[in-house]
Amino acid sequence: MFDIDLYREIWQAITKNKMRSTLTAFGVFWGIFMLVALAGAGKGFQNGINKQLEGFATNAAFMWTEPTTVPYNGFKKGRSWSYDNADMEAVLHHVPEIEYLVPRLEAYKQSSVNNCVYKDKYGTFQVQGDYPDLANVQPFKMARGRFLNDMDIKNNRKVCVIGSRVEEVLFTNGENPIGKYMRVSGVYFQIVGVTSPDGNIQIGADKKESVQIPFTTVQQTFNYGDIVHYFSFTAKKDYSVSDIENRVMEILKKRNDIAPKDNSAVGHVNIEKQFMIMKYLFMGINGLTYLVGLGTLLAGIIGISNIMLVIVKERTKEIGIKRALGATPYNIIRQIIMESTILTLSAGYVGLILGILLNEALGVALQGTMSEVLLNPGIDLKAGLTALFILVVAGALAGLLPASKAVKVKPIDAIREE
Amino acid sequence: MVRIEKLHKSYVTGSNSLHVLKGIDVEINKGEMVSIMGSSGSGKSTLLNIIGILDNYDEGGYYLDGELIKNMSEAKAAIHRNRTLGFVFQQFNLISFKNALENVALPLYYQKISRKKRNIIAMEYLDKMGLRDWAHHMPNELSGGQKQRIAIARSLISKPKVILADEPTGALDTTISYEVMDILKEINADGITMIIVTHEHDIAEMTQRIIRLKDGIIESNVTNGKKKQVAAV
Repeated sequence: MFDIDLYREIWQAITKNKMRSTLTAFGVFWGIFMLVALAGAGKGFQNGINKQLEGFATNAAFMWTEPTTVPYNGFKKGRSWSYDNADMEAVLHHVPEIEYLVPRLEAYKQSSVNNCVYKDKYGTFQVQGDYPDLANVQPFKMARGRFLNDMDIKNNRKVCVIGSRVEEVLFTNGENPIGKYMRVSGVYFQIVGVTSPDGNIQIGADKKESVQIPFTTVQQTFNYGDIVHYFSFTAKKDYSVSDIENRVMEILKKRNDIAPKDNSAVGHVNIEKQFMIMKYLFMGINGLTYLVGLGTLLAGIIGISNIMLVIVKERTKEIGIKRALGATPYNIIRQIIMESTILTLSAGYVGLILGILLNEALGVALQGTMSEVLLNPGIDLKAGLTALFILVVAGALAGLLPASKAVKVKPIDAIREE
Repeated sequence: MVRIEKLHKSYVTGSNSLHVLKGIDVEINKGEMVSIMGSSGSGKSTLLNIIGILDNYDEGGYYLDGELIKNMSEAKAAIHRNRTLGFVFQQFNLISFKNALENVALPLYYQKISRKKRNIIAMEYLDKMGLRDWAHHMPNELSGGQKQRIAIARSLISKPKVILADEPTGALDTTISYEVMDILKEINADGITMIIVTHEHDIAEMTQRIIRLKDGIIESNVTNGKKKQVAAV
């Protein structure tokens, strides 16, 4: 049965001292608001990062060369060196756990000012020699045409794939670049594809401003011999790239007369480790969110409990009269607990709704911006319901102490209380 | 109806112990109208509160309608207060934020009687007290006599066997006091046992028996009109 009298009394009790009830409720409101706003923003931040990492092979590592720092085998320290094709073959041969090994040439010499020309348009872009397998390590979408393929590599074809920025600069009046020839550092290449600017994370140059040419073509055309500037590799399923990273470095050091204890000669980044760092970062953000949010909420609930004690004290006489008229301890406890629960719940509900609205507003405001730092911020339904459940329990707990105090007093003492 | 045997009660505050009731033996029959008199500190209110199960006692026995009331659970005591006993207080003790009708109906709320039904019954009792027109007024809009009549209606609504009145006329002037006493006498005439604590002789004279307490013991127990002395303990 819906007990209208009970709710009327609760309403009367709460509205009797509006200012006090509002200030008390504010504590809980702020706690939940903070919790939802922070958790939502954290979630949005995580979504944003995850979106940028989408499809990226997390089990990948990247290596390049740095000048040596330890003299070895008759070589002085500070020697500049490079990998070569044979190094790549050796690594693949000795480390069977590698799934893809993708060498790259960063053709700096060919990336000088206004290196790319199409008809009367020109611009400065980064020229790279790449393998088709690059798509398996750092995936990207094609806006037009195709990416480099094995035939391009095999036949040293003079073809290239350009970034979206390159298309913008060189093909101004909506001309389709596919099939056109552009001049790169004095050599003509046929454009076979344009990469999409979607996705943000990449290792090396900005792909929007890149001109990707088959690796073998670059080596041959631009006189790089058998040099490799940089390579990436992924571990096969069930293997961790962190475990094979060191073996790869050992092989490279041995083949290139680098001191085994020279830790800086082989530059390397391990994406797996970066992901772990990111994961811990998110865990840290979440932990902090809940620490601050729940802490504030707890303070708010203690406030409610405190004010309920005052309310019960104020109403001691009324409670005593009711008990003389036949109110059982259950009647009294129920009313006080309901009061504190309703106060907590309504304050918390408003906080929850405003927190969600804030997140929605942030999501809309930041939509489509370049950064997309916050993507779809907000909490999921389950978290919201959990929060409401916590509120009900907390509200009940906040009322428990004052309620038990109210029935502990002898009825006659309560009636005599002024 | 009410039987009390060798009742002792002390109030302990810190290291001090105040022995208020020092062995009370008394019996009040069904349908009787009894007054308890005594100077302040004599223990008369304490005795009434024990009879009303609003307070506990240390030694002896208290039987209400044949049932021993001792160390009773609060839940069970609440049922007795609700169904067997009715209270009338000196300061009326109406609930300030409820109107007259709601105040009268309150005991029925604890019997889980529907709002509609209990308001009808409450209106009947207000009518008996001549307060039908005041049903929707708040207590602070009523005079002392009106408030006390509402309190009496409230004590009657659950058809109790015993009405306990603690100085029911203490806050009223003489004319109103006599009106209130007439109402209480009428109620008693319907067969409800009435126990009134008072220090006013004229009020006590209107009851059938006067029990005088002094320093926690019964000084005298006299049936009115007959002037017969009943052995004091």
